[in-house]
Amino acid sequence: MAVAFDEMNIPGGDLRPAYQELARWLKETPPEALEYRRQEAELLFRRIGITFAVYGEAESTERLIPFDVIPRIMSGKEWALLEKGLKQRVRALNMFLRDIYHGRDILRAEIVPDDLIFQNPVFRPEMNGQQVPHDVYVHIAGIDIVRVDAEDFIVLEDNARTPSGVSYMLENREIMMRLFPDLFARHRVAPVERYPDELLSALRSVAPQSASGEPTVALLTPGVYNSAYYEHSFLADKLGIELVEGRDLIVKNNEVFMRTTEGVKRIDVIYRRVDDDFLDPLTFRPDSVLGVPGLMSAYAAGNITLANAVGTGIADDKAIYSYMPDIVKFYLGEEPILKNVPTWRCREPKDLAYVLDNLGELVVKEVHGSGGYGMLIGPAATKATIEAFREKLKREPEGFIAQPTLALSTCPTCTASGLAPRHVDLRPFVLTGSKGTTIVPGGLTRVALKEGSLVVNSSQGGGTKDTWILDE
Amino acid sequence: MLSRTAENLYWLARYVERAEYLARTIDATLRVTALPAAYIGKTNEWDSALLTAGVAASFYQTYDEANEHNVVDYLSFSANNPSSIRNCIEAARLNSRSVRTALTSEMWDTINSAWIELQAVWSKGTSTREDLAKFLRFVQETSLRFDGSAYRTMLRNDAYWFSRMGVHLERADNTARILDVKYHVLLPQEEHVGGPLDFYQWSSILRSVSALTAYHWVYRETLKPWLIADLLILNDTLPRSLASCYGNLVRNLDQIGVAYGRQGPAQRHARGIRNRLEHSNMNDIFQHGVHEFIQEFITDNSRLGEIITKQYLI
Repeated sequence: MAVAFDEMNIPGGDLRPAYQELARWLKETPPEALEYRRQEAELLFRRIGITFAVYGEAESTERLIPFDVIPRIMSGKEWALLEKGLKQRVRALNMFLRDIYHGRDILRAEIVPDDLIFQNPVFRPEMNGQQVPHDVYVHIAGIDIVRVDAEDFIVLEDNARTPSGVSYMLENREIMMRLFPDLFARHRVAPVERYPDELLSALRSVAPQSASGEPTVALLTPGVYNSAYYEHSFLADKLGIELVEGRDLIVKNNEVFMRTTEGVKRIDVIYRRVDDDFLDPLTFRPDSVLGVPGLMSAYAAGNITLANAVGTGIADDKAIYSYMPDIVKFYLGEEPILKNVPTWRCREPKDLAYVLDNLGELVVKEVHGSGGYGMLIGPAATKATIEAFREKLKREPEGFIAQPTLALSTCPTCTASGLAPRHVDLRPFVLTGSKGTTIVPGGLTRVALKEGSLVVNSSQGGGTKDTWILDE
Repeated sequence: MLSRTAENLYWLARYVERAEYLARTIDATLRVTALPAAYIGKTNEWDSALLTAGVAASFYQTYDEANEHNVVDYLSFSANNPSSIRNCIEAARLNSRSVRTALTSEMWDTINSAWIELQAVWSKGTSTREDLAKFLRFVQETSLRFDGSAYRTMLRNDAYWFSRMGVHLERADNTARILDVKYHVLLPQEEHVGGPLDFYQWSSILRSVSALTAYHWVYRETLKPWLIADLLILNDTLPRSLASCYGNLVRNLDQIGVAYGRQGPAQRHARGIRNRLEHSNMNDIFQHGVHEFIQEFITDNSRLGEIITKQYLI
């Protein structure tokens, strides 16, 4: 594996310009002061109750995501490029979804193979021919970005279903401003606090035509036991909308209502953080108690907008991912600004053969997996694990893709033995409403806290950092 | 507001109030049992504590004997007792999490900190009297902080009123239960035996509703059983009296009625109870039978809980 790109230091001893002030500040600040602030930050997180649950862990149902107090910094110029690339990518995702559920030009042009769509469990035939307001399917996207050099931004994953993490972007900033006011005074950091406002106006802008002039928006959560529940309540609070569960909603005459102390009240837009499968037991999983019976028929009647739309999983599927550069070119006639990680599709015999021969160097991912579960990181795996994975791959090659092990960029991070470089990624949040696409300058930086580790997922021991975009 | 939100706010307030009441009951019982037997007679005060908490039946499924160790454990820490202090705080925290958006950050912080402390400091219960005293103080302070932050930080809208209703309904129930268990020491015919034995029983009743000092301010008298009954039932200046709880319940329900532009059975039922309290005096109550009066009240009060639930919370 190549040497990782260091976001702070230029090989040879110089600093990248965006980090110069931070480096000066670090030199003046004694390590004890840093450690003291770190503890203070942890205490704050626990008191505010910013926790998440790890599935499959009985005893500790609520855990903190470790927070690293050293910010990750990007120059305004770098951000401008990234922002342009993100807008392009999300436009293409929306056009792709509109096409898949209507004319299917891209299949006729043989850019994407038919069976990858029609035999895909996340393709929703219910959405065929369904109109969604302003043709927006992905209102909220979380695009995972990594860097391997100073020039390029690479998309690791598109998250077009119910991406989470934005509460950390907002809370990390709040806590950093409280703990390090002097450090802020020495930088011009672009603010992120207008995110909830932009989200609310994007959601209101896609209300159905049958909605009143002041559309009612609600956030649908699976409930307090969901791993991202804190974020759901946090966002509902910041947006000033009701946080509803399935049992709070009823459907009458194809309209959706919430039960209130004053009787029922109509809802027009649902920012749903419940997966497709659980939305409506009459249409999807009949055993779901999280959903609302009849919701899909109200949706089909055009009386409720769901954000994100149903069926967006077909756009962020890992098998579709490898076609994204072609998808961007097909709809927009432009070269993609953001790069893809080279990807071997194990469903293709030639690719599979290569992957089987090189398992020790590759990262193999389940096409339908997420959250870092069920993947093989070749260079870090034991022989036995690799062999077990080889068997899985041979049995069901179409269930996997493989990528080279990327040397993710590193940022300075607090560790037990002082500051040290750790690998990071970045998830910016891209909002789309009737008036176009906006992105708050920043995002969630995830950091792999273990030395040498490349896995940044919070469920696998990753932490977070505040992300600073410098206003120049 | 969402019915589920109102329900959570209402129960959250009830759980906090109940936890405080249990703490005060244990505190008062500890005091009275610390006296030499000659001062309190042969009654088992720990049994009374279980009765006023309404958990005597379930207690004896786990324990054989109602002594200090067992009762303190059952009322404070037992996981088997759904309304132990620990379970009240756990339930309050769970309710708070589901309605975080309707709580102010001060209220959330109070409940969340209490929950964190419960796990960090009190997960193994208490081993000494000193520890227990600290624990009971912690519970009472949590309740005071919760009430105070609700009072000082919440918007005066339906969220506040539903939360207040939970407090007053639970409080009325608690005061009525003490009276129900202890009514016999308040009966006038026992007045002539009013030796030290009754004195300590009476002061213990007052202590468990934190009204010992209030009694002296209101009546400027030595402890007299009918005055204690008067204070706890009819005196609307004492926040824990039945009359005061119902004055507040009627007010909260009226505020909701005005905000929503309509009244219902809950408003009528609450007003009925309040009117009965307003038009009663202790002579009539004693003639009619204190015990019957209290039992009727307990039934009426829990009926109001059901009516509120049906009208607003589901």
